Amino acid sequence: MVLTATVLIGMVTILVLSVFLGFELITKVPPTLHTPLMSGANAISGITIVGALMAANAELQGGSGITAAILGCLALILATINCVGGFMVTGRMLEMFKPKKGA
Amino acid sequence: MEVQYLADLGYLVAAALFIFSLKYLGSPRTAPRGNQLGSLGMLLAVVITLVRMNSAEGGVLGWPLICVGLGVGSIVGVVMAKRVQMTSMPELVALFNGFGGAASALVAMSELVKANAESLEAMGPLGRDVFLVAASASSIIGWVTLTGSVVAMLKLNGTLRGTVSFTGINLTKVGILALTILLSYVLFGSPGSVWALLGLVIAACVLGVLFVVPIGGADMPVVISFLNSLSGVAAATTGFVVGNNALIIGGSLVGAAGLILTTIMCKAMNRKFIDVMLKVYGEPAQTGSDEKRTVRGYEAEEAALAFDGARSVIIVPGYGMAVSQAQHVVRELGEELQRRGTDVKYAIHPVAGRMPGHMNVLLAEANVPYEQLYELDDVNAYFSECDVALVVGANDTINPAAKTDPDGPLGGMPILDVERARTVIIVKRSLSPGYAGVDNDLFYRPATMMLFGDGKAKIAELLAQVKDL
Repeated sequence: MVLTATVLIGMVTILVLSVFLGFELITKVPPTLHTPLMSGANAISGITIVGALMAANAELQGGSGITAAILGCLALILATINCVGGFMVTGRMLEMFKPKKGA
Repeated sequence: MEVQYLADLGYLVAAALFIFSLKYLGSPRTAPRGNQLGSLGMLLAVVITLVRMNSAEGGVLGWPLICVGLGVGSIVGVVMAKRVQMTSMPELVALFNGFGGAASALVAMSELVKANAESLEAMGPLGRDVFLVAASASSIIGWVTLTGSVVAMLKLNGTLRGTVSFTGINLTKVGILALTILLSYVLFGSPGSVWALLGLVIAACVLGVLFVVPIGGADMPVVISFLNSLSGVAAATTGFVVGNNALIIGGSLVGAAGLILTTIMCKAMNRKFIDVMLKVYGEPAQTGSDEKRTVRGYEAEEAALAFDGARSVIIVPGYGMAVSQAQHVVRELGEELQRRGTDVKYAIHPVAGRMPGHMNVLLAEANVPYEQLYELDDVNAYFSECDVALVVGANDTINPAAKTDPDGPLGGMPILDVERARTVIIVKRSLSPGYAGVDNDLFYRPATMMLFGDGKAKIAELLAQVKDL
C-alpha cells in the first residue's frame, strides 16, 4: 500500500497527541503506585505484539522469508512474555495494595 | 477491504482501553481495574490482528510459528510473574522493559529482511523513506533498551557490582551513536545490506551496555524509568514500520509516562537527567579532614530502651530493608509499638530503594496499612515531635549534608529530616557512606544510636527487646 503524505501526517498527529495524553495521565499518580504503574505501562508497551504477529505470519519456505519469520517468532515470544508477565505481575502487586481483612 | 476498516476501529477501542488503563492505574482504588482494562485491550488487539490476517487472501500462513510464539511467551511470562519475589520486582520490571524493546527491534528487523525492491516500490517513495528510517530507529532504540535493561537487571540482583567506567567513555558512546546513524544511512541507501543491519544491531547493543554500566545503584530508579520510556518509544517507532496506529498510541503513551517518572526521580535526587546519564561519578572524593571519627555501635538492648514510653515513632526504610528482606519484621515491630500505644508512621523518600515506589511495594507485601505511609513533604513536619526515628538501611535520603553542604554531591537533594527526632536509631550493615560517597554526619551525633548488622536480624533483636520492656 502506498503511504501518502496525508496518512503520514495523520500518524504523526496521533503520535504527538498521544504523547501529550501520556503526560497528562501520569502527572498526578501518587508515589505509592509508581512501581505498579511502571510495570503496567511496560505491559502496554508490549502492544508491539501486534507487529510481531504480522512478522511471524509467514510460511516456513523459501528464501529470506524464513529469516524474517523466525525473527518474527522471536519477537512474538518476547512480546508475549512482556504482555502476559507484565499484566500478571502488576495484578499481583496491586492485590497487595488492597485493604486486607483481618490482617 | 471492509475487514481492514473494522480492524482499525477495533485497534482504536484497544487504544482507548490503554488510555483508561493508565488513568485508572493512577489511583489506588481503581488501579486493579486499570490493569484489567489494559490486559483486555491487549487481548482485543491480538484477536483483531489474528482475525484480520485470517481474512486476508490465503488466511493465516504462519500458524505454527504464531502458536509457538504465543505459547512459549505465555508460559514463560506466567512462570516469571508467579515466581518473582517482591524484593526482586525492580529486576523483573527491568527485564520486561528489555524484552519489550527487543521485540520491537526484532519486528523492525524482520520487516527489513522481508523487504525487497518490489515491496519497497509498492510503498511509494514517501512510504519507503518512512519505513527505512523507522526500521533503523526502532532497531537502535530496541537493542539499546534490551542490553541496557539486562545490565540494569544484573546490577540490581548484585551480579554486577559497582560501576565500570573508563576515560573517554562518553566520547565512545557518542562515537558509537554516530556509527549507528551512519549504518542507518547505509541501510537507507541499500536496504538489503545484511552486514549493515548486523553492524547496526551490534553497535546498538554495545551502546546499551555502555549507557548503563557506569551508572550506580542509587541512580537505578532514574535508569529504569528511562528504559521504560525507551521501550515505549521503540514500540511507537515500530508502529511506523508496520503502519499500525495501535502501536503508535500505546508506545507513545508509555514513552511519555516513562519520561514523567524519569523526571520525578531526577527531581527527588536533585540530579539533572543529563548528569545521571553522562557524568561519571566514580570513586567518592576524599574531601574534608582526614581526622578519624569514631562511632560507637550500640546493642539492640540499649536501643530498645528508647522505645520505652515513646509517643511517636517514625520508621524510615531504605534499600537496606529490601536487601535483607526485613519488611515483615519491620511491620511486626511497628505493630508491637502500636500495641504499646505508640503512634507509628513510615516515611517514604521518593527514591528510597532501586525503583520508583519500591518501598511502597515491599511494605504493602508486609501488610503495612496504607494510611501509615507518609510521603516526604508530609512527614517532615512530624520529625521534630517524634521520639524515635528508626532508620532501616537508608543513608543518602537522610543525610543532612544535603543542606549543610549545598555544593556537595547531595547538595539540595530533598531529605527526610530524621536529625530532628529526639533519638535516631540507624540499622545499617557498616559505616560505609551511601551511594553518593558522602559521609553522614548523623552517624556521629550523640542522639544517634548505630546498630550495625543485617537489617532483618537487628530488627528482630529490637523486636524481642521491645516485647520485654
